[in-house]
Amino acid sequence: MPRWLLRDGQVVADDWRNLSDAEIDDSSALILSVDQWLSDRDRWIRRGGRLGVILAPAHNVELLVPDLARLDLVGAEFPNPSEGRGYTQGRLLRERWKFAGELRAAGAIRRDQLFFLARCGFNSFELPESELAGASSALSTFSAAYQPSNDAGLSVELRRRF
Amino acid sequence: MYRYDAIDKTLVNERVAQFRDQTRRYLAGELSEDEFRHLRLRNGLYIQRHAPMLRVAIPYGLLSSVQVRTLAAIARRYDRGYGHFTTRQNIQYNWPKLEEVPDILAELATVEMHAIQTSGNCIRNTTSDHLAGVTPDELEDPRPWCEIIRQWSALHPEFTYLPRKFKIAVTGSPRDRAASLVHDVGVHIVRGADGELGFEILAGGGLGRTPIIGQVVRHFLPREHLLSYLEAVLRVYNREGRRDNLTKARIKILVRSMGIEEFTRRVESEWELIKEGGLRVTEAEIARMRSFFNPPAYRSLRNTEPAAGKETAFRAWYRYNTSEHKVPGYRVVYVSLKRADAAPGDATDAQLELIADLADRYSFGEVRVTHTQNLLLTDVEQQQTYELWQTLHAAGLATPNIGTLTDMICCPGLDFCSLANAGSIEVAKLINERFDDYDYVYDLGELELKMSGCMNACGHHHVGHIGILGVDKGGEEWYQITIGGAAGADASLGTVIGPSVAKADVPETLARLLEVYVERRHADERFLDTVRRLGVKPFKERVYAALAAA
Repeated sequence: MPRWLLRDGQVVADDWRNLSDAEIDDSSALILSVDQWLSDRDRWIRRGGRLGVILAPAHNVELLVPDLARLDLVGAEFPNPSEGRGYTQGRLLRERWKFAGELRAAGAIRRDQLFFLARCGFNSFELPESELAGASSALSTFSAAYQPSNDAGLSVELRRRF
Repeated sequence: MYRYDAIDKTLVNERVAQFRDQTRRYLAGELSEDEFRHLRLRNGLYIQRHAPMLRVAIPYGLLSSVQVRTLAAIARRYDRGYGHFTTRQNIQYNWPKLEEVPDILAELATVEMHAIQTSGNCIRNTTSDHLAGVTPDELEDPRPWCEIIRQWSALHPEFTYLPRKFKIAVTGSPRDRAASLVHDVGVHIVRGADGELGFEILAGGGLGRTPIIGQVVRHFLPREHLLSYLEAVLRVYNREGRRDNLTKARIKILVRSMGIEEFTRRVESEWELIKEGGLRVTEAEIARMRSFFNPPAYRSLRNTEPAAGKETAFRAWYRYNTSEHKVPGYRVVYVSLKRADAAPGDATDAQLELIADLADRYSFGEVRVTHTQNLLLTDVEQQQTYELWQTLHAAGLATPNIGTLTDMICCPGLDFCSLANAGSIEVAKLINERFDDYDYVYDLGELELKMSGCMNACGHHHVGHIGILGVDKGGEEWYQITIGGAAGADASLGTVIGPSVAKADVPETLARLLEVYVERRHADERFLDTVRRLGVKPFKERVYAALAAA
């Protein structure tokens, strides 16, 4: 059963795997937890397939900064709907550390959070199937914004310059 | 006042559409109770004791007469004909129907109003000095800066899911009338070493379960950096604030546990990295914002003595319910929402419409909300105050008690709020009945009585000269009394005088406290200053001796 994503505005089957998934090999694109990544960093680098790491809310993104060039994906976990640290993680990765790969939001994400997440730099979202139909239109919830932020892929046409 | 441009209009209309869709999905069963809770709470909608409660933002307390009429029309059409003004300059409706809330929001949008971020763990409405722009004691009108903060904080993508709510108050006067020291962040307009205006930034103040006075994070911030500095404060809080315990999640707990030095160090190092980014406020933007708050077309007048030779009732009203204006010939007029027989801070639809008409006739069409839950007409010609008073008096809006014991701050309490332990409105009524002698109340002088129905402290009881807190004891309402609190530039937290008292004993307990004050005060000494000089002991002894004897 594939996991579904909204990525760059399109609903797609997830091409990334976790260690717990069946049928992974050295060429699989693999998402690791921070612990998995840090405990065996050299081994993961040697295997050749694409690598991603998912941050827990309490992690500082600076943990990954030395390795960002090796990572094709960084994720932020939202264990519950009130978790907000991932928004800061996203902005720091994009704006301060210039991470250009896939930035993924995972966990308790609904279409109602997508616009703000996208403005914080996220371009991929793990969503329950029931949310997929309404998801891409959620990216155009607002067509204006007050704050400078990351709006790649959004149609924010009106913008305040303070 | 500020007028919306295409950006503001677009955002507010799109927010209404988004909330309409969220409400529809909830009613259709597509969103669970808990999922919808997180969404509605970011738009001022609580589910309360009787019905949903909708809190509408009044940015820094400023309203046009057109907006006031819309608030009245909403009260009549969607509620039971009244609204309640809060200690954070907002208005609450206690009886809307959930399915009609999107329509209410759509009506508000037509007059450039909204309920965005009036609840939930996000940046709330920015509050300010209700005398901004008209008081002789301010360095600069803070409202342009409030509007800049309002816009930056509205729908902020990074700070919509904070550990806990976040309140900012801005003042341009050394006489802090915005309770900024008990806000998560206080912004003070101050003069720098070279005479230029900038900001002093405080953080970590707050009331609630753990009241704390805010501390200075930065003594002087050049004005173009205001938003980047606030962003740095919020980012440190969003990353580091506790999320494991709701009662320890406010920034005040973070500042206290980290220490102000370490907190400041983190804010400053974050700020260094972002201060040259896109949040620098340009001179052009400052000028644009200021242009919305230019003084109205005052006439060239001289100061007069409107009360001379008039009846006692007008003289009392003029003394207590009006205050100094920086322009000669004008006066600031308080519309008292503290009638003895009404809930403090409540206004009916008819009263709101009358006030809107009076604003058009006497005060350039603007009304303000004070954090003490009254309304203001800020720009009234002194020679017109008598005529204005006659109309207010006939409408029950001229109770001459501003700044006195009966001008009490009061939360909605048990009657409406699902958090409350106590019926604050009922206690307010008992106090009004006990202290109905104006000569006595006037003799007591300046006195701030603040009452909250529970620990959440919406009635700011910790910073009342006298504070009353409703507590639950085995299913019964009891009241804990504090004295010596203050919310201004000399902010302090009140001291509990002793065990809480029964509801029926609250008025007599106040009478004993005031008795000690009257006996021991020095000439012209306020109640607060007598308490500060004597300490709690003599007050406590009198109260509990009287209760024991009863």
